[in-house]
Amino acid sequence: MSTTVISATDHIWEAIAQVMDPEIPVLSVVDLGIITDVQIDDQLAVKVYMTPTFSGCPAIKLMEKQVKEAVEGVGYAHVTVETNFDVTWNSNMISEKGREIIKNFGLAPPPKYKGEPDMALLAHTACPYCNSENTTLKTPFGPTLCRSMHYCYDCLQAFEQFKPI
Amino acid sequence: MFNKQTLDAVRSLLLFQADDHLIIGHRNSEWTGLGPILEEDIAFSSIAQDKIGHALGLYTILNENLGEAEPDTLAFMRNESDFTSCQLVELPIGEYDFSLVRHLFFDIAALIRFEDLATSSFDPVAKLARKVKGEIKYHVFHANTFIKQLGHGSEESKARLQSAINQNFGLALGMFESFEGEKLLIDQGIYKGEAAIREAWLGELQAVLLEADLKMPDAGKVEPVYGGRKGFHTEYLQPLLDEMTEVFRVDPAAEW
Repeated sequence: MSTTVISATDHIWEAIAQVMDPEIPVLSVVDLGIITDVQIDDQLAVKVYMTPTFSGCPAIKLMEKQVKEAVEGVGYAHVTVETNFDVTWNSNMISEKGREIIKNFGLAPPPKYKGEPDMALLAHTACPYCNSENTTLKTPFGPTLCRSMHYCYDCLQAFEQFKPI
Repeated sequence: MFNKQTLDAVRSLLLFQADDHLIIGHRNSEWTGLGPILEEDIAFSSIAQDKIGHALGLYTILNENLGEAEPDTLAFMRNESDFTSCQLVELPIGEYDFSLVRHLFFDIAALIRFEDLATSSFDPVAKLARKVKGEIKYHVFHANTFIKQLGHGSEESKARLQSAINQNFGLALGMFESFEGEKLLIDQGIYKGEAAIREAWLGELQAVLLEADLKMPDAGKVEPVYGGRKGFHTEYLQPLLDEMTEVFRVDPAAEW
């Protein structure tokens, strides 16, 4: 019995992994680290728990809807998705694979940190194009809430970072 | 777990903070399209978006844990005198120097408040605060960076900042108006209280102004502008509410 339950949960995780962050449409919500728990009961009712990257994130409602549809799409009729702050999301929760994807998308991935992120981390962010750390922070706010804007003195290009939080 | 008087005090605390964030968020959003440089346009707009998110988080706790109305109802359907935001946040955006100084005043206080609330014994607010404080760090970082740059900029930039600081210091002190039941919150480890927040705020602000080569007003000689926490507002809040609620009043079921 327990193997059945585990494989059902895995199956649901796989379905959720097909849902992309609308602001970085190649990064799945699973690699982003915002899916905090998936539960399935004996009636096959599924509960998915999410935590927002930023509390004012305008994409949350859309992601909830897409996660619900993805799980329904693999055959579950009763799916609820709940977003709460029980687990506090931080940028260390982005998977290694997610970091690669972010970099290939042209954004600097957030540096991993211990304790609380220090704003000094932003000063010499490695350029996602040439890897140089000879860079400067232009502004801590970018085109979406989760990005900051930088400039690389070596390859002379502006770039964005998924900022550490 | 907490008695009725304590929960009433929690309600007051969360409501005035939610109102502060909603109103300053609305004001900050008025810089969208008007920022002195593109980066500042984006920064004020992003900060506005965060503030509305923080207000929503607080209104949601009021709704789900304390029996208040839905967040949209709280934000859009109350009268001016029901708002307990401080008067600092309702003033028009004015010139960039005023908005930048208000941003500094407000966000230093907001960070201190949420850092304290992150360890609150009232669990729903502690969870929200742990999230929000990381975001407000970016707001404070932004305000500090620009205050320091402009404090060391031209004679004009320095003079404009200093006069904005001096002229609005009483309004800033008005952020720390005490409210009913505060002592219950302090005693039960829910919140450390306005006097302690104000003390920490004065220390943080002084450090930033020192680095920016700007003068710290003498808090003992400036009269705080109180009243906001009791629903007394300037002539500027009602027009803001009229504008903010326009769509909602035309069509309460509209989705946008």
